Amino acid sequence: MLLIFEQFLNGLQIGLLLFLLAAGLTLVFGIMDMVNLAHGSLYMMGAYFAAVFTEWTGSFFLGAALALPAGALLGIAVEVIALRTLYTRDHLDQVLATFGLILFFNELARLMFGAGGMTIQTPDWLQGQIMVLPGLPYPSYRFLIILVGLLCAAFLYVLVQRTRLGMLIRAGASNREMVGALGVNIKQLFTLVFGLGSALAALAGLMAGPVTTVQIGMGDNILILALVVIVIGGIGSLPGAFIAALAIGIIDTMGRAFLPNILGSFLSPSEASTLATALSSMLIYILMAAVLVLRPAGLFPAPGR
Amino acid sequence: MSSASHSSAAPTADSTRLSFIVGLVLLGFLGLIPILSVAFEDPFLLTLFTRIVIMAIAAVSLNLILGYGGMVSFGHAAYIGVGGYTVGILAFHGVHAAWIQWPLAVLISGIVAALIGLLSLRTKGIFFIMITLALSQLVYYLGNGAFAYGGDDGLNIMKRSDFGGLLNLDNRPTFYYLCWVILLATVFFVHRTVNSRFGMVLQGAKSNDRRMATIGFPVHRYQLTAFVLAGMICGLAGVLTATFTGFISPAMMHWSRSGDLIVMVVLGGMGSLFGPVFGTVAFLLLEEVLSSWTEYWKIVFGPLLVLVVLFARGGIDGAMVRGQAGTLLAGCAAFFLLYGIHTAYEDEWLIPTLILVAACALVWVAKWAVDRKKAASHD
Repeated sequence: MLLIFEQFLNGLQIGLLLFLLAAGLTLVFGIMDMVNLAHGSLYMMGAYFAAVFTEWTGSFFLGAALALPAGALLGIAVEVIALRTLYTRDHLDQVLATFGLILFFNELARLMFGAGGMTIQTPDWLQGQIMVLPGLPYPSYRFLIILVGLLCAAFLYVLVQRTRLGMLIRAGASNREMVGALGVNIKQLFTLVFGLGSALAALAGLMAGPVTTVQIGMGDNILILALVVIVIGGIGSLPGAFIAALAIGIIDTMGRAFLPNILGSFLSPSEASTLATALSSMLIYILMAAVLVLRPAGLFPAPGR
Repeated sequence: MSSASHSSAAPTADSTRLSFIVGLVLLGFLGLIPILSVAFEDPFLLTLFTRIVIMAIAAVSLNLILGYGGMVSFGHAAYIGVGGYTVGILAFHGVHAAWIQWPLAVLISGIVAALIGLLSLRTKGIFFIMITLALSQLVYYLGNGAFAYGGDDGLNIMKRSDFGGLLNLDNRPTFYYLCWVILLATVFFVHRTVNSRFGMVLQGAKSNDRRMATIGFPVHRYQLTAFVLAGMICGLAGVLTATFTGFISPAMMHWSRSGDLIVMVVLGGMGSLFGPVFGTVAFLLLEEVLSSWTEYWKIVFGPLLVLVVLFARGGIDGAMVRGQAGTLLAGCAAFFLLYGIHTAYEDEWLIPTLILVAACALVWVAKWAVDRKKAASHD
């Protein structure tokens, strides 16, 4: 029982990281009707920025505080230079151009930071464990990820539901032309939303950095997962992305944790773990295919789409 | 911008003939590669072009659904994997007869394509892109989980497919010519298909599927048929890949490989007969040359791709059809200029890169200025 709860926390942690990435993706997708494959690159660059700034300042939190605006600025630069012209194009063009950006950023990272990957050093007090429940120790850093993820989700909720900017974002997601016609500077709104999304991606990257290593292409696979999340949750829908991200994080973790045991009863350990990893990844894509076939607009589509 | 440039320059008979002739010449030239390889005593030339010809088959098959059918499949590399794995698994169990391996591989690719097509053709637009991506990921992880066949490490194929004395695939020129003939056959097949009634319906559905359905065509069935045909041809390309490299692994169906295939088709020109062949040759040669300059070649290639998408919608074929011989020549000239500069500076990657970036920036600024002027004249 405790093991299940611990794996549930792990799933929650991965799910929240996914949500941070998917939130920016779904906002950009919802408002600008733009597929941005390069979002995973912003995640990776965020992690690299954090690694470099942490090394430079000697403090994880200072590094993170510097990496966030750096990630947002990078995102805004990408939007202004390359993506702005793509809004009116079809999705194929967007996929292709942002695929080109992925190639570019992966090589840029290799050139700037080396091929070996980097680690982010967390402060000592985050390296221990805390008792989340009596008898259940849990690594404090992972717990911090859960806290930050939940805080960000709450922040996004308030931002989107309770502020003027959020009102514009919601309006933009349901009818872009009308918002423009009512005199909102839609171009500026796009850039702002893109910057916000990039900052969230950078945050996800720098939070994931100390757990995994910071390496080239770290954004590529998680990007595909984030795309799955926004398709399942409904494009442009933040609550949908939240629920789908948690579901996927938990399915993936539970699959990886418990399938080897189940399979292990009739397979050798190494075979079981190979198969279990593949199966739990497949489960996610089966879920997505099922959702697309049964509810093509996603589980919680944004109103007006 | 894209629609304007397409409509303003309707292809004339002569210019389409130009790209047709260039295409035939290119295919003919590909037929000379083994001879050139011997003449220049450069075995690597043959290796490189075997890869190019095989990928061209896959790209031509993708063009059938992407270019003519308007179905943006972001999972086409899955069939390369299915074809390759069928051959690899059969060889692993001691079945080497090509008469069994190859038809079976094509058949299974067709079945997988039918399953993926049945599910994904229920959706449209971006959802189609995403679901083809998801389903190909499913196939990818299936390969990863196939621990009996090496899991993510892949599997070596010890013995090449056996054509029973008819063809010896260990002979590299023989294998090359086999691939070349298959490429010719594929191009011819696609040519005949798109110009048949079936192809007309497919292209009609691309521009407006509702209209076609209203006229009374079972659009869905036509699209599914095309999807399966493309999958089968691509499966054959997978068979050739596995036979050529003697190795299969899930990496051959990674989603970025599907992206590469789309890039090849778009670079060459979607919905044109020879476009994918142009695109594959350009893509793989560019990869070869750029990576010989610098291991960071993608830092040049990535932005190049963005520029092609932004400014050269029709790809190489489109430039030919629109009579933009100047653009093409300028492109080639720039390429060789860079190559010259690079050889002059030996292993210095920075200078060509900087020049390319500067050139891109210049084009961008020029484009921006023109757009501004246009916008001003409209007001």
